Amino acid sequence: MTPQEIAALLSEQFEDRVLESKTDEINPWSDVKSEAVLEVSQFLRSDSRLRMDHLELLGGVDYKENLEVVYVLFSMEHRHRYTIKCQLSKESPSLPSVESVWRVANWHEREAYDMFGIEFEGHSDLSRILCPDDWEGYPLRKDYVFPKSYRDMPV
Amino acid sequence: MEVQYSGDVMTLNMGPQHPSTHGVLRLELKTDGEIVADAKPHIGYLHRCFEKHCENVDYPGVVPFTDRLDYCAAMNQELGYVLAVEKLMGIKINDRVRYLRVIMAELGRIASHLIAAGTYGNDIGTFTPFWWCFRDRETILDFFEETCGARLLYNYNWIGGLMHDVKPDFGKRVIEFIDYFEPQVDNLNKILSDNYIFIKRTANVGILKPEVAVSYGVTGPNLRGSGVAFDVRKDEPYLGYEEFDFDIAVGKGDYGPVGSCWDRYMVRIREVKECCKIIRQAVAKLPPGDVRETVPKRVKPPKGDVYMRTEAPRGELGYYIVSDGSPKPYRLKVKSPCFTAMSAFREVSRGVMIADLIAILGSFDIVLGEIDR
Repeated sequence: MTPQEIAALLSEQFEDRVLESKTDEINPWSDVKSEAVLEVSQFLRSDSRLRMDHLELLGGVDYKENLEVVYVLFSMEHRHRYTIKCQLSKESPSLPSVESVWRVANWHEREAYDMFGIEFEGHSDLSRILCPDDWEGYPLRKDYVFPKSYRDMPV
Repeated sequence: MEVQYSGDVMTLNMGPQHPSTHGVLRLELKTDGEIVADAKPHIGYLHRCFEKHCENVDYPGVVPFTDRLDYCAAMNQELGYVLAVEKLMGIKINDRVRYLRVIMAELGRIASHLIAAGTYGNDIGTFTPFWWCFRDRETILDFFEETCGARLLYNYNWIGGLMHDVKPDFGKRVIEFIDYFEPQVDNLNKILSDNYIFIKRTANVGILKPEVAVSYGVTGPNLRGSGVAFDVRKDEPYLGYEEFDFDIAVGKGDYGPVGSCWDRYMVRIREVKECCKIIRQAVAKLPPGDVRETVPKRVKPPKGDVYMRTEAPRGELGYYIVSDGSPKPYRLKVKSPCFTAMSAFREVSRGVMIADLIAILGSFDIVLGEIDR
């Protein structure tokens, strides 16, 4: 399917829960309400026209006033790609985990939690993955201040 | 194998300083006698804030950082990055750059697979193949060194072009090397791949089913080892790979179920032969031209985001770049193939013997520099 068709299908299926679609960019994407991301994922994965079985990338982006989670999806069967984005507030960034849809999301979501402090509801083991467990702050946020020391060791 | 648990479980740490973890990786094992009930990987020992650093240097300045992701295949790592930036900026490279990039990427792939095969033999307990592989890899590193001055971390692929052109007789000598090297692969098969002990240690171990592999986002040789014929070079060609005649190497389950450690290992050996085919064709077609013709004076991509993936030796390497129109990337995220492969490790290693755990870990061919970034 072309990106236009995928965007139209998503709008038809999820109506106002798909906030915005841009299909003329290099990386065509749809902006989805964060609470609907699990349902959208399940639909993308299971619908026979889409079959997005390969979660290529899941990552956070800090846009200063809000946070964003990006899902780049690919279908091994139909060989098409689409990007889903979710906007989150900086005060309480949380959205449903898609671990049940793609198992690879487990580690990707842990990384997004580690780097941006995004909470994934329903995740089986949401803990830091790259930084030590007792690390403070979320390093990839734009307002992150580097600590001078860690456990009395200069950083 | 039917697993019998006695119920007496002990926690054992394998790593972070363990010779067969291929870097600084800790596996938290729950062992029941010799049987591994659970193996939880703990990563991050090599975390050096790659993505944060990238936000503070300009676009060309990121290239040396990408070299240090997967230091066994640096040529392929920087290739993925420059292609992503070129896609974002809409730069069209000329044919000489394109073919040279293909030659260098495939030479890099051979060098990387030689490390994979050699160290895997080493893990299983044979030492000679390791030296054979490293001997031939040296020649490839010599080619890289004479071209860009570095043996491991090249900074050779530039945004819009290449650092230097190759020497005039480069193509001839590469073909001479390939002529010499192809029979060496058969020798390696004789001493390692078809070795009875090696097969016994790997062919029925660590079965990764295709649907599990896809769900865990396992890519590259590890996915193809499970019998899934998917290769980005074929299925979503970049650099004009569709012009070249080569086959996708897949695991066929010659000595046991499809998706075993042996299959994952053998895919790499088969792939090396395909690389040789591609290099022959690329050298034959190499046109004249200026390798710096399209290098932009200032790299300042327009606002927007891009995702670009390439087939690195260890699987799909993806770069997601967000540009805000400034000379520095606003956000750069790497989708590392080893990271996703490692997340499937726990699933595969449940219920195996401790010695088999080494065989499984080696067969995934991970590089911790890329997992931890």
